[in-house]
Amino acid sequence: MATPNTPMWEVFIRSRNGLAHKHVGSLHASDATMALHAARDIYTRRGEGLSIWVVPSTAITASDPAEKGMMFEPAESKIYRHPTFYEVPEEVGHM
Amino acid sequence: MYTQALNTAESADRDLEDAGKAAKFQARIDAEERIEPNDWMPAAYRKTLTRQISQHAHSEIVGMLPEGNWITRAPTLRRKAALLAKVQDECGHGLYLYAAAETLGSSREELVDAMLAGKAKYSSIFNYPTLTWADIGTIGWLVDGAAIMNQIPLCRCSYGPYARAMIRVCKEESFHQRQGYEIMVTLCRGSEEQKAMAQDALNRWWWPVLMMFGPPDAASQHSDTSTKWKIKRFSNDELRQKFVDATVPQAQYLGLTIPDPGMVQDAEGHWRYSEIDWTEFKQVLAGNGPCNRDRMAARRKAHEEGAWVREAAASYAAKRAQRQTAQAAE
Repeated sequence: MATPNTPMWEVFIRSRNGLAHKHVGSLHASDATMALHAARDIYTRRGEGLSIWVVPSTAITASDPAEKGMMFEPAESKIYRHPTFYEVPEEVGHM
Repeated sequence: MYTQALNTAESADRDLEDAGKAAKFQARIDAEERIEPNDWMPAAYRKTLTRQISQHAHSEIVGMLPEGNWITRAPTLRRKAALLAKVQDECGHGLYLYAAAETLGSSREELVDAMLAGKAKYSSIFNYPTLTWADIGTIGWLVDGAAIMNQIPLCRCSYGPYARAMIRVCKEESFHQRQGYEIMVTLCRGSEEQKAMAQDALNRWWWPVLMMFGPPDAASQHSDTSTKWKIKRFSNDELRQKFVDATVPQAQYLGLTIPDPGMVQDAEGHWRYSEIDWTEFKQVLAGNGPCNRDRMAARRKAHEEGAWVREAAASYAAKRAQRQTAQAAE
């Protein structure tokens, strides 16, 4: 019997500084438990993290790079969403 | 740890592709944008990178063999722990790189099979034997040193997943070079026999290490495409010269002699090395190096002997998935 290709998993790690889980790469494993063990060995050999998520790569829905404009351009013109858009008199001090 | 500039770029086959898309792609490269897996890219760019990244991955995996040879014979527990960690890192580097190559559309199984079938190359340097403990020091110092020279510019490669993998690799690589040099310092401060062993290792590794940078610029025909695509940022000869200039003072510190009597320092301070024996390089690449057959046999044996593990893991996963479906149906 031919062995099926081993599924791919995406690995996310939360580092010790309290930031969110961050994508670090991918790996192959037959099931979730083996994926977690492999992620530990491949991505945290030097204390890179305190928590690991593994997600089947097939479960990810990605935006289409060709539609980048439609997705992200609308935000570019809305500079009033940033604090620096507003003027506060100098006498008021830091706000 | 090791990429080798054997990687020739595919000649661009533009007439088959949308000229507009190709121009837009080149404009993105020129603007130092990173190309990501789902972006449009010329077929030749995809093919060149798949070959280069997978060869790099194979090199990491085969590279575990010459060093693994000394794990059980390391002189102290400290050295053994370090060597074990280093070999483990090489495996990790291979895995990061395979993952990067896979984003271009080939499966891991296809990539590995191409190597086992002898269709894909790996770095020529791993076809040399590790005869003494000093070879482990020399590999860390010189082979990893040369690899770092090659890999630092790759952290800025135009293909995002490759560049990101290289950043991780480079971070870990510095330990490899330092542990190697520490071994050399210890041997060179030791007995006459130890120092002679260090010199012998340098004599055997020096020229093969210079070959790691690939053929001389005059002889490599395709590197201009790789340069245009910003896969390659420096030429083979530029990197080789940089490596030699960095290494000569390190050898002097050790009190070792570089086995090149013709080497001179020019007015600008560069160390000019003698002609490299490119016939040896071609022979090793063609499969006729001292250890080519051993390395391939070891990889094939490991792959075959691991087959039952892959099969067992796959059937366990299938059984569990089936049980879950059955439970969900109840």
